[in-house]
Amino acid sequence: MTKMTYREAVRAAMRKALREDPRVFLMGEDVGRYGGAFAVSHGLLAEFGPERIRDAPLSESAFFGAGIGAALGGMRPIVEIMTINFSMLAMDQILNNAATLRHMSGGQLNVPLVCRVATGGGRQMAAQHSHSLEGWYAHIPGIKVLTPATVPDAYGMVLAALREPDPVFIFEHATLYPLEGEVDESAETFDITRAAVMRPGNNVSLITYGGTLGKAMEAAVRLASDGVDAEVIDLRTLRPLDTQTIVNSVAKTHRAVIVDEAWRTGSFSAEISAQIVENVFDDLDAPVARVCSAEAPMPYAKHLEAATLPQVDQIVAAAQELVPRHG
Amino acid sequence: MTASDTSARPLVDREHSLFLLREMLRIRRFEEKAAEMYSLQKIHGFLHLYIGEEATGVGAMQVFTQQDNIVATYREHGQALARGIPARVLMAEMFGKATGCSHGHGGSMHFFDVSRRFYGGYAIVGGGLPVAVGLALADKMQNRKAITGCYFGDGAVAEGEFHESLNLAALWKLPVVFLCENNLYAMGTALERYQAQTDISRKASAYGLPSSAVDGMDILAVEAAAKQATDYVRGGNGPYLLESRTYRFRAHSMADPDLYRTKEEIESWKKRDPIVLFERKLRELGLLADSDLGRIESGIAAEIEDAVQFAEASPEESIEDLLKDVGGQVAR
Repeated sequence: MTKMTYREAVRAAMRKALREDPRVFLMGEDVGRYGGAFAVSHGLLAEFGPERIRDAPLSESAFFGAGIGAALGGMRPIVEIMTINFSMLAMDQILNNAATLRHMSGGQLNVPLVCRVATGGGRQMAAQHSHSLEGWYAHIPGIKVLTPATVPDAYGMVLAALREPDPVFIFEHATLYPLEGEVDESAETFDITRAAVMRPGNNVSLITYGGTLGKAMEAAVRLASDGVDAEVIDLRTLRPLDTQTIVNSVAKTHRAVIVDEAWRTGSFSAEISAQIVENVFDDLDAPVARVCSAEAPMPYAKHLEAATLPQVDQIVAAAQELVPRHG
Repeated sequence: MTASDTSARPLVDREHSLFLLREMLRIRRFEEKAAEMYSLQKIHGFLHLYIGEEATGVGAMQVFTQQDNIVATYREHGQALARGIPARVLMAEMFGKATGCSHGHGGSMHFFDVSRRFYGGYAIVGGGLPVAVGLALADKMQNRKAITGCYFGDGAVAEGEFHESLNLAALWKLPVVFLCENNLYAMGTALERYQAQTDISRKASAYGLPSSAVDGMDILAVEAAAKQATDYVRGGNGPYLLESRTYRFRAHSMADPDLYRTKEEIESWKKRDPIVLFERKLRELGLLADSDLGRIESGIAAEIEDAVQFAEASPEESIEDLLKDVGGQVAR
């Protein structure tokens, strides 16, 4: 096992892929000479050169679409989009081409493209660099949506994604890049089909992914001191969703709190809630609860941003509300 | 041989000229049949006919090899036929049948044939250009000699993807021929009503790539201009923008009442029908006899009759297979 940060894990995985497969290349804004807006690709240009660590103009639609074409032409592109808000500029290529071509062509084409995108708030970047829109992506048939919340997943999901025949989006929560953990660099296989039970518990399921996993884990510790035994589920992959792990957990705990940094209305948290209601309604001892971001564009000021994002106190309070008091 | 004979040499290849004429007529008759099938409710959805623009599709296609990639638009029947996709699988696609070139998933706007490197009809205006850039990038990175021919309409020039793609291809010196079929209308909006600079070929200069404009009603001129463009691109010099100035004789789609242009305008362009002009030229050169035309027309009629019968008789895609080709599913 090698100790590294989340940032280093993504880089190590890309380096491994670039070394092992000549079809792999990285393309995006400032991935080369600058070293990546979040320094993820730092050092890769020196090792692999400008053909394979390809600085692109501020043309999200063109370079994402070029990634599609390159994938069709036999390459294995990794496209980096600096933030999820910028990915809106490539949405035509993402939805109308990448996700669609395989089916629309009657199965003749497939697009083995990996797109890495920084997502989420918490860094006072305000309303055009901070949102959590990965749930929108999870709405789209034809693609996979991965949300690594741990250092091993930051590593393994890149390598797993590069083995997929269809487009895979990896949403890296920007607050996680300095997170430290351990990676088994000798591993050969990386599962991206299952959610993970990060902490077993019996009284309530805290269901989350990405940047809010740490908050849910912290909430579970506080709940434990209050006598509430929380189970924490890291969804890991939003599409295709591992419904079974959610169902198993809620069937056991009978209560669910969904924690999602996205907005509540029309959201992925609503999808999780619907899955619970559709599958384990009879097992529920309380209504499903959700802790989401306030329904506002992300504000800049620290206290306002903190008030917008889901916080540990809210998760704890939501869970306590569901669990009956003993004694 | 006299000097005038020499200058006329490209025109006097009788076999090739008759082939070009036949290819244009195939498209014309195919499209006429498609319109008829639409009115008989055999074809549904949107149907955008290529009638009037045949010289561009056929002329330019002659200079692409089977190793080259083709990217087209939702008005792609002409390119698909010129690329060699059989009329019957195209008709079957429009009938929504399993034997269609996209298994009935695409319809008129989304023809695909990966075996012929025909990478599709793209129905978001401008949406095919970035894909074409990427196909060319893959060829370049893998040291293949192939180039990519990217057809799009004048309407696409107003999209950001046009500008982003030209810049990216020029910046990275990618082997793309950007081929603008300027039929003067973006659906119902005339070029001068949506472009401040109506000379499309001039837009290339902003991105440092060469360009030219050609009379899109003159098939030999289109072929020659396309040859010049592809020669440049094959030489490893980067992309080229070729604008073919043409006109569609039919409405934008079958759903279009065509209220935004005058009958006089349409009639004046019909006088420059690329098929009529080429027939006349070949007759003047003594290269085309009535018997040739009769033979060509009867061959095409048989091909198109076969296409309709094939489409009619073909099975529908099974509903059980509806989700088969959706990617991104759980690996089993």
